[in-house]
Amino acid sequence: MALDAAQGSRLAGLLGDHAEQIVKRWADSVAVSLRGRLSQAELQSQVRELHRALLVALEGDGRELHAESAGELRAVLSELSRSRARRGFTATETAVSVFALKDIVLETMSAGGGAEQNLRDFVAYSALIDQLGLFTFESYAKAREELIADQAEQLLELSTPVVKLWEGVVAVPLVGTLDSARAQVVMERLLQTLVDTGSPYAIIDITGVPAVDTQVAQHILKTVVAARLMGADCIISGIRPQIAQTIVALGIEFGDIATKASLADALRHVLKLTGVDAARRNARRES
Amino acid sequence: MTAGLGLGRPQTQAIVGDEDVVRVRQLVRTVAVAAKLSLVDQTKLVTAASELARNTLVYGGGGQVEVTTVDNGRRQGVRIVFTDSGPGIPDLELALTDGYTTGGGLGLGLSGARRLVDEFDIQTAVGQGTRITVTKWSR
Repeated sequence: MALDAAQGSRLAGLLGDHAEQIVKRWADSVAVSLRGRLSQAELQSQVRELHRALLVALEGDGRELHAESAGELRAVLSELSRSRARRGFTATETAVSVFALKDIVLETMSAGGGAEQNLRDFVAYSALIDQLGLFTFESYAKAREELIADQAEQLLELSTPVVKLWEGVVAVPLVGTLDSARAQVVMERLLQTLVDTGSPYAIIDITGVPAVDTQVAQHILKTVVAARLMGADCIISGIRPQIAQTIVALGIEFGDIATKASLADALRHVLKLTGVDAARRNARRES
Repeated sequence: MTAGLGLGRPQTQAIVGDEDVVRVRQLVRTVAVAAKLSLVDQTKLVTAASELARNTLVYGGGGQVEVTTVDNGRRQGVRIVFTDSGPGIPDLELALTDGYTTGGGLGLGLSGARRLVDEFDIQTAVGQGTRITVTKWSR
């Protein structure tokens, strides 16, 4: 790191002496790049906190970002990146909050004078600020990755509902790719729902599954076998013409498992098995 | 390769993880739609690609897929080449038998994929890897 002790204390002095002016100019400059998507008060407080943490670090031996006394600075920076990432700001908009300090330091310094030393100092400060900026960038990327991982997990939860269709009939509408992780979630949910509702029938609807390959078929077959072991009967519905032809060509056999083209057919099939006749009941109501 | 065969620009996709199998499926579907394959043929090709991509991943230890649109003057089609440098297939005839599996699957992936496409070519050598070329023509 390019900052020696003298430079560190000079920068600390600079930041300390012109504190109010620097914080104000800094917040203004960041506000321009964020185009008013963050309130002035919030920006001010963020920048003030950053400024204070930087001063604390410089006054200790924290001329390096990984030094012990810079711990608070790191915390403030990653908190800033995290909040920007979660609010959907771009990486540039996040890093600019730090890089803006460069211009302001330069401005404040050139008001001072003493050209040669100033230049050397500025190069050193600049390197420090670059380091801060890169750290922000990294924290930002990490926060985004966490966000994506969270969403993937939420999607897994979202996409596997088990719904009750009728008294004693539950259905699982599968949508999208059925990989091993999702197949496991589907199976667990279905089996649990069968126990909870005491349903003797389950319909697995694959209308929303774009391609049924051997792995998908195997997952479905395993789920059906597991449901049967618990005494429930499974019907597979939503088999579109292209899927049917593909399954035949692949040579997958569903054995004695009932399959239907649509969810409605499957429900009708189950209702017939249980002896519920919707039409007859309607007729009785009318008479 | 057939003389006078029109070739489009190949698109490649590495297969290193489970999510790449999904990417291969999406890539193949996009190319198949562009080549004007019927819905049934699209589904068959995508399913075959899914099987072969998973084989490349599970048995070949990962590899690469190359998807190209081809044109033989009368019909358009899609050609997919799967390459891996895994252990190879010692007994090809056995591997192509329905129901034979070494990995706990249904044993229909390779043989099923062959039935799903129009042209199927497999080159394999023990210890050197496997290269599978499949083509599906529009009707």
